[in-house]
Amino acid sequence: MTARQNRMILIGLVVTGVTVSAFLALQAFEENLLFFFSPAQVAAGEAPTDRTFRLGGMVLEDSINREIGSLTLNFIVTDYTASIPVSYTGVLPDLFAENQGVVARGTLDNQGGFIAEEILAKHDENYMPPEVAEALALSEGSQTP
Amino acid sequence: MAFIRHNLVRIVNAISLLNTNFWRWFHQLASPPHVFALAGRVCPWFAGLAIIFLVAGTYGGLVLAPADYLQGDGFRIIYVHVPSAYLGMLAYMVMASSAAIGFIWRMKMAHGLAVSAAPLGAWFTVLALVTGGIWGKPMWGTYWQWADARLMSELMLLFLFLGYMVLRASFDDRDKADRISAILAVVGVINIPIIHYSVEWWSTLHQGPTIAKLDEPSITMDMLMPLLIMIIGFTAFFGWLLCKRLQGEILKRERQTRWVDGLIKGRTA
Amino acid sequence: MMEFMLMGGYAGYVWSAYGITMLVLVANVWMAYRFHAKWLKRAQEEGMTKVSTRQPRVRRIS
Repeated sequence: MTARQNRMILIGLVVTGVTVSAFLALQAFEENLLFFFSPAQVAAGEAPTDRTFRLGGMVLEDSINREIGSLTLNFIVTDYTASIPVSYTGVLPDLFAENQGVVARGTLDNQGGFIAEEILAKHDENYMPPEVAEALALSEGSQTP
Repeated sequence: MAFIRHNLVRIVNAISLLNTNFWRWFHQLASPPHVFALAGRVCPWFAGLAIIFLVAGTYGGLVLAPADYLQGDGFRIIYVHVPSAYLGMLAYMVMASSAAIGFIWRMKMAHGLAVSAAPLGAWFTVLALVTGGIWGKPMWGTYWQWADARLMSELMLLFLFLGYMVLRASFDDRDKADRISAILAVVGVINIPIIHYSVEWWSTLHQGPTIAKLDEPSITMDMLMPLLIMIIGFTAFFGWLLCKRLQGEILKRERQTRWVDGLIKGRTA
Repeated sequence: MMEFMLMGGYAGYVWSAYGITMLVLVANVWMAYRFHAKWLKRAQEEGMTKVSTRQPRVRRIS
């Protein structure tokens, strides 16, 4: 075997070794790599109850309520399997709205609700002009009367 | 039968000719004067292409593209953010694959190319992180989230570029620096699929891929065109500076050789 | 024109993102050309010293 072939095999082994160890490491730290828990995971008791975590999902339609005379906001986060009521006091990102993605950081209270300290908005990968969005909403509306 | 055999012979001959041509071409790439001249020839083409496409893409992105239904004009940051992120990864692949070729075939020119790609890739990655933060603030409500897998793997990419450069700088012996830094570059390739699939494997704040997927792009044509033009512009820009840096790197490595001496004499005479 | 500059309320974000990008790209061009020029100059200088020290006197006379 030539020295060149030796080096070729060495590079191949390095790549394979790193791929396998990265795979194992990512499997082991799976939970730490999740940015948020879904309402279904929270309902199944997978989310921590003793410390802060992030809850992510969609803001349920018609669920946003502002408490009169305060900056506190109540809304429901859903993944269409389970729903968690969230309360939050503070500033909101521009994209926070009904039927939009949201990630809230906070803790569970003992009544199954979630008290958020920070609200982030999550948007999807679709970009389109307003006319296209309107036309799309219109056609979807007509398909499901 | 004779017809088939005749044609078979022709095909085999053509393949072997192609094969010898490939290896001749490959070995020419090991010759510094040849690579230096080649880089000098393609450099102005890349430069011209880069300037034309970057200007056109910027105009398209800022003026021609319509505002997004959700993000309004804020979405226009996509035209600098996505090309930067893509070029950071492309530069890494160029760096790692040429470092691997340099390592296996002991090719100094391949190591030279890897060295030239590193600072460019690092700067593109910095741009991706900075423009991403600027975009994230109004839309997501945050510049940076440590726990997000996409953001972290992109930061990892920057550290890999910086690590490669720092590791090289720590050796006085250039051949040793070439060999050892090549191993780091190759090991770091694992981060590239992690960056790409991070948004699919784990829950992240960052959304999924818009164009880099097998499905149809999730963006309308009038918004996509400037983005593609910008990506071509950034790629040509990378090619331009890569050639310029490679020429510099060759001069650095070969400055005491006869051919460089001849080159300079020819130039000044 | 004013409307274009305001970027629908996102002026600060959009213009800073484009501004920083342009700055970094231009700086990279400058750095690459400076790197090239530095080693070209070095090659010229070392070529001259090398030639003057290495060449035997006899040859220079002839």
